[in-house]
Amino acid sequence: MSEPINLSRRGLIRGLGTGAALAAAPAWARGANLSEQATGLIRAGFDEVRGPVIDLSVGAGMRMVQGRRGRGVAVNGSVPGPLVRLREGQNIRLNVTNHLDEDTSIHWHGLLLPFQFDGVPGVSFPGIKPHQTFTYEFPVRQSGTYWYHSHSGLQEQSGHYGPLIIDPVAGEPVRTDRDYILLLSEFTPLHPKFIMQRLRTGEHYFNRQLPSWTDKYPMIGEERRMWAQMRMSPTDIADVSAPTYTYLANGRGPKEGMEYLFTPGEKVRLRLINGGAMTYFNVRIPGLAMTVIAADGQNVRPVEVDELQIAVGETYDVVVEPRGEEAYAIVCESMDRSGMALAMLASRPGARAPVPALREPPLLTMADMGMNHGPSDGCQAGTDHGGMDHGGMDHSAMGHAGMDHGAGKAGTGDGGQAAPKGASGHSMKGMPMRDISLLPPDVAIGPGLDMVSMAPVDKLGDPGLGLRDVKHRVLNYRMLSALEPNADTREPSRLLEIHLTGNMERYMWSFDGRMFDAVSDVPIRFAWKERVRVKLVNNTMMAHPIHLHGMFFELVNGQPPAHQPRKNIVTVQPGASATFDLTANEPGDWAFHCHLLYHMHGGMMQIVTVMGPGDKP
Amino acid sequence: MSRPALAALALIGSALASAPGLAQDHSGPGHDHGAKVPPREAAPPAPAQPQVDDGEDTAPQSGGNEISPGPTMETPPPPEAGSGPPRAADAIWGADVMAAERHREHAAHGDFPVLWVQADRLEAQVRDGADGYLWDLQVYYGGPTSRFWFKSEGEGAFGEKIEQAEVQVLWSGAVAPYWDLQLGLRQDIAGPDTTHAVIGVQGLAPYMFEVDAALFISHRGDVTARVEAEIDQRITQRLILQPRVEAGFSLQDIPQLGIGAGLDKVELGLRLRYEITREFAPYIGVEQSWRVGGSADYARAAGEKTRATSFVAGLRFWF
Ligand SMILES: [Cu+2]
Repeated sequence: MSEPINLSRRGLIRGLGTGAALAAAPAWARGANLSEQATGLIRAGFDEVRGPVIDLSVGAGMRMVQGRRGRGVAVNGSVPGPLVRLREGQNIRLNVTNHLDEDTSIHWHGLLLPFQFDGVPGVSFPGIKPHQTFTYEFPVRQSGTYWYHSHSGLQEQSGHYGPLIIDPVAGEPVRTDRDYILLLSEFTPLHPKFIMQRLRTGEHYFNRQLPSWTDKYPMIGEERRMWAQMRMSPTDIADVSAPTYTYLANGRGPKEGMEYLFTPGEKVRLRLINGGAMTYFNVRIPGLAMTVIAADGQNVRPVEVDELQIAVGETYDVVVEPRGEEAYAIVCESMDRSGMALAMLASRPGARAPVPALREPPLLTMADMGMNHGPSDGCQAGTDHGGMDHGGMDHSAMGHAGMDHGAGKAGTGDGGQAAPKGASGHSMKGMPMRDISLLPPDVAIGPGLDMVSMAPVDKLGDPGLGLRDVKHRVLNYRMLSALEPNADTREPSRLLEIHLTGNMERYMWSFDGRMFDAVSDVPIRFAWKERVRVKLVNNTMMAHPIHLHGMFFELVNGQPPAHQPRKNIVTVQPGASATFDLTANEPGDWAFHCHLLYHMHGGMMQIVTVMGPGDKP
Repeated sequence: MSRPALAALALIGSALASAPGLAQDHSGPGHDHGAKVPPREAAPPAPAQPQVDDGEDTAPQSGGNEISPGPTMETPPPPEAGSGPPRAADAIWGADVMAAERHREHAAHGDFPVLWVQADRLEAQVRDGADGYLWDLQVYYGGPTSRFWFKSEGEGAFGEKIEQAEVQVLWSGAVAPYWDLQLGLRQDIAGPDTTHAVIGVQGLAPYMFEVDAALFISHRGDVTARVEAEIDQRITQRLILQPRVEAGFSLQDIPQLGIGAGLDKVELGLRLRYEITREFAPYIGVEQSWRVGGSADYARAAGEKTRATSFVAGLRFWF
């Protein structure tokens, strides 16, 4: 393409990994028919496509990762699919051809566009039928790091996703020498429908870190009995994990040598994209600080951290300056620490840094049930020392002597807002785990609701499960501040409270106690340009990355309204709340859901309807 | 934008918000400890760097950006938000096309059916006298709160006629997060031909006991009941010890079945299984059973033992 590229060309990634030729993309990568190759092996890594018209083809094939084979769905024959490289201000036409025997779709995650091109079957369009081509067409109104993925069935798990980058018209706010994509995801040889079935039929099928007589978890007998009494497990951190999953960096397993070259002293931009179906990753580069410059594609004021947790569907752009060592490991542990995705920053091809062993798996605590009775001395959100008051309840905070008061302390405030002292929650026995009187009347009470958070507090300052007590600086949402001021800083005119609800045992997930099939005709409605404050309250023991299509919202994270960070995904921590402001200025019907794929299919999905300027109520 | 109605609602909202005890979750201004941005030559020309001292209130960054408490009480959407189902796509792609797709899509997000088949016990029993066998199967098909359930249990001695066997066909509906109510029919397929109406509960009790309790009313009017409970004790990730208890009750003597009124029989079992995969686990174990009360009398009269100790070896599988 003749369009000028503002970005440093030198390091522009293909994500091809060691020794891969940066040759011109083969014919199929430019959108040629894939069907003859349907029996061939799907490649790991991706090429790049750009221009005013881009052809993409979705096909099936076999994937092979570290010797394990499985059926895959790929865009243009690779997993991840090709990097779609756009430029702010251009008009784009994307022709997507479906070579599968089932419907497919592409959702452009984080993009502002007319809703009919958002790509959610049954909500924004009818889907793309087998062997048909659908054309998406829209002006590109933004810039940053995004991605795309299927919204049909469970294809996303099988490999139907890829990175999408939009170069800004005005140039990047941060000059870097190299610019790389690190797209995290999972591979499994299992069919995703099998995974969904096993999650519904139970027995913690994918968890190999369950409490047992011989585990090494720092829990006393009383705690173990308490969890059993509650019919819950402190190890419900990830529903699907290794070894079922092999965690991937740009489609490559940890042993498959994904590397990014650098010259000492250079500034390297890493565009982190979590394209996984179910996995929160904790990302760190031992020996290197990371400066976060963008979140969900939107620039933020630079903030330096040593580790960050990236929720499913989120993107973070970080800048690192490797020097001194000949290689650095980019360690991306799954949140439950059952495995990791791995890549290397290498000063020469083949240079390798030592890879730290997986850290001990975290455990859920009473704080994750919304039982926040900590002392109000300003200790960190989520760390919730409260548990320690009753004899080792808060096992995950064992290392509290070294409690992180650096980065993490951004969460101050929360401790002070904890539940009333002397609340009944202090007693382990007879604890009201499901006190439905705490719920507003619009939450449906039924078997799909197994827990009610006792005293949900805002935990935007929580760095995430497993990172609450690490000794280095960890990112949390309160540290994010929008670089370019927000356009609309009006005071929200109303509050909308949405409760995240579920039943782990039945694997039902919902908003306000109703699964999607029950509310698909009762959307969440906003008036044109209405400004609403939305409070999400998590009545489950799992973290949920809640995603709104078509619009950015601004996290109410303590920043002034003009600099509340714009995001399209927010993690609501277990038993806690999270709040955002939204200006409903994109008319149409938009999907709103948990970005954990099997939670969405388990029912945690809704439709947000924004009235257009000319629509009659 | 501000309409009188909205303003009024907002006012009411903030008035209510000042009521004590309301959980307020926007915790004020940012406390940006640690969010220190080192001066970097590449740092963009931010309009104002965040104040990153330990902070009390972070000063507003620019005029008109005061942090406000915002609305704290939920209020309904304004009439301008419209009503009715989401149908924006109909106008673009056609209502017919969308309707079909919508139906399909909705059904896939939430209440879709799954099939589950489990042989909890499929075993040989070695004991004094004739060695025997036992099966205990369950199948369900349906969504997370409403299912068709099929159960079958039976046992016998090798080389003899089946001692006892039954099938149950039930509808199972969730009545609580961990409990299903089950209604249906049971047909005994060994011994005297008997049909029972079944009403039962099945689910997970506190401390993770799996419980299955049912009341049976036979076509002859006899009322019996059975309670089973088992619990998985995980020794390692694959080695699991399962204590199990089963008790039978009867409201009346049923001579033709050798059942006396009251507690009829009790079984205590202990099985140790090894999960080669989650679905496939061979086990060994021991089981002790007693006939009790009137049933014991019937047994003695028939020259049978009232108690038996069995060593068992079997297979637990599901899919
Ligand atoms: Cu979720």
